[in-house]
Amino acid sequence: MKIWMKSASAICLLGLAACAQPAPPATQQVIDPYANMGAGAVYQGNLAGGTLGSEATAQYFTDQVGNTVLFAANQTTLTGDARSVLTRQADWLKQHGNFSAVVQGHAEETGTREYNLALGARRASAVQEYLVAQGVEAGRIRTLSFGKERPLEVCSDEACYAKNRRAVTMVSEGGAGS
Amino acid sequence: MFRNLTLTLSLALAGTVALPILPASAQDGPLRIEITDGVVEAMPIAIPAFFGDSDVAKKVRDVVARDLTGTGLFREIPAEAQVNAPGSFTEAVAYEDWRAINAQALVTAEVTSAGENISVKFRLFDVFAGQPQGDGMQFDARASDWRRAAHKIADQIYTRLTGEQAYFDSRVAFVQETGPKNARIKRIGVMDYDGSNILWMTDSSSLVLAPQFSGNGRQIVYTSYDSGFPQIRIMDVATVTSRAATQGTDSMAFSPRFSRDGRWIAYSLENGGNTDIWLMDAATGAQRQLTNAPSIETSPSFSPDGRQIVFESDRSGAPQLYVMGIEGGEPTRISFGDGRYGSPAWSPKGDLIAFTKQVGERFHIATMRSDGSGEKNLTESFLDESPTWAPNGRVVMFTRVTPGGNGQPRLHSVDITGRNMRPLNLDFAASDPSWGPVMP
Repeated sequence: MKIWMKSASAICLLGLAACAQPAPPATQQVIDPYANMGAGAVYQGNLAGGTLGSEATAQYFTDQVGNTVLFAANQTTLTGDARSVLTRQADWLKQHGNFSAVVQGHAEETGTREYNLALGARRASAVQEYLVAQGVEAGRIRTLSFGKERPLEVCSDEACYAKNRRAVTMVSEGGAGS
Repeated sequence: MFRNLTLTLSLALAGTVALPILPASAQDGPLRIEITDGVVEAMPIAIPAFFGDSDVAKKVRDVVARDLTGTGLFREIPAEAQVNAPGSFTEAVAYEDWRAINAQALVTAEVTSAGENISVKFRLFDVFAGQPQGDGMQFDARASDWRRAAHKIADQIYTRLTGEQAYFDSRVAFVQETGPKNARIKRIGVMDYDGSNILWMTDSSSLVLAPQFSGNGRQIVYTSYDSGFPQIRIMDVATVTSRAATQGTDSMAFSPRFSRDGRWIAYSLENGGNTDIWLMDAATGAQRQLTNAPSIETSPSFSPDGRQIVFESDRSGAPQLYVMGIEGGEPTRISFGDGRYGSPAWSPKGDLIAFTKQVGERFHIATMRSDGSGEKNLTESFLDESPTWAPNGRVVMFTRVTPGGNGQPRLHSVDITGRNMRPLNLDFAASDPSWGPVMP
């Protein structure tokens, strides 16, 4: 419950109208930041230890916020799904100002090595720009491309390619340049 | 390291065969295999056992034979068919015996060892004309360089019989790949063009990509993640020491290529997600931006005269090939076919550009003239990429990747006619070849 409260207050900082007055119980579910997440990112209510501090970990960011967004073939524009994940990432980063992020851009194995490096850089940069537009300080985010060098899935079918066309936000405590 | 000298032996020999069985006019001009786009029938060539130190002589002979037959232009006449081999290197050639088995060319050689050194003499004969083709030659080398002596002889034979520049005594830089596909370990090596004599240039501690030889073969420029962030490094091949050519953590630098004279490095620099082509003075490190577009510009390659650069850009919406002067300015698009064009490599002869082309789900290594005309596919597979030219502009080496979770890259070579495609004889996975110059 403490976690829920903390998240709710963070949403208030964004200036949502619901925060301008004491929220009646009926509206609390609407602003629950975990309510609309996909499977695997739903707040479970029984995090280990149940302490407030468990949110401030890279593991929490990866597992609960979601550190990966996917792209269409040869594309670098953010999908609606990607934007909602990145909105959560931005919220988390704004709440945890002692963390910095490195966004890693990746591409599928089709395509030449060097073009894919550049394509991955564009994807990472698209994520960075979105996070900055959501209010995360630009200096906290670095980008890096691995092109097709580090696939997540290894098969040579669209099922794997779709998961490999990705940008992954890796957070760590400390400066982005470290 | 090498001394080659024309022997007087060929003159002495000419005197001993003053009465050829067939008139020398049986054929006009020197024996010559014409390389055209049409079907080539391999020239039958006899390479009987070399005289002299039997162990070294056999090894040298086998490398000479492999170099020549590996081109697909020559067919070796098997030893069993050779009825009457000469008894010594200086003995007169019985041309009629070689004509009887339809050997068009004959190579004889002698290998002598003296301590740490070997000496290899060879002669080439036009069997049907009944005369030597060119002078006899001798190569002296350290015994450990016996392969280079063999490649030098094969180079001589190839040039005399094809009229083309040679390429066997050359080296290739490449990336060895080990480990699973999602955690690949890579290191840069240098090997003879045929996969022998591998020397490792980097260890496996950081990701390295796309090494490129300088024009004189003494340096390799490549992309390294050893700082955790892709940057360009320059390796001195002889000392196996490298230095950073670019550094920083806010923009990636990659896809470097030397100009042939080694003065310039063209490369890609990423800034805020956008990648453009830059030019660096290799000696001073001074850098200049050549393209300035919101699209991806990468994979530059210099023309042999160093005045132009061909590169890949997706400014039209999908990757295509463009040419511009090294001063920068508006590039000219040269590829207009269906598909996605990438990783261009300008031939050392200047006439052709090899590149990677993706059409649907298939990849090709292809060539076009430098004005974009005459496009021709040389290969087709699940994934072919990163072509590099043999120093004579006749052969292209490239990476072929097999599909699936256990997919592996292998180096292959193909003649520019599209014939004679063959895998390199390596017992490990490798990618990103860069073919260096013929060694002096």
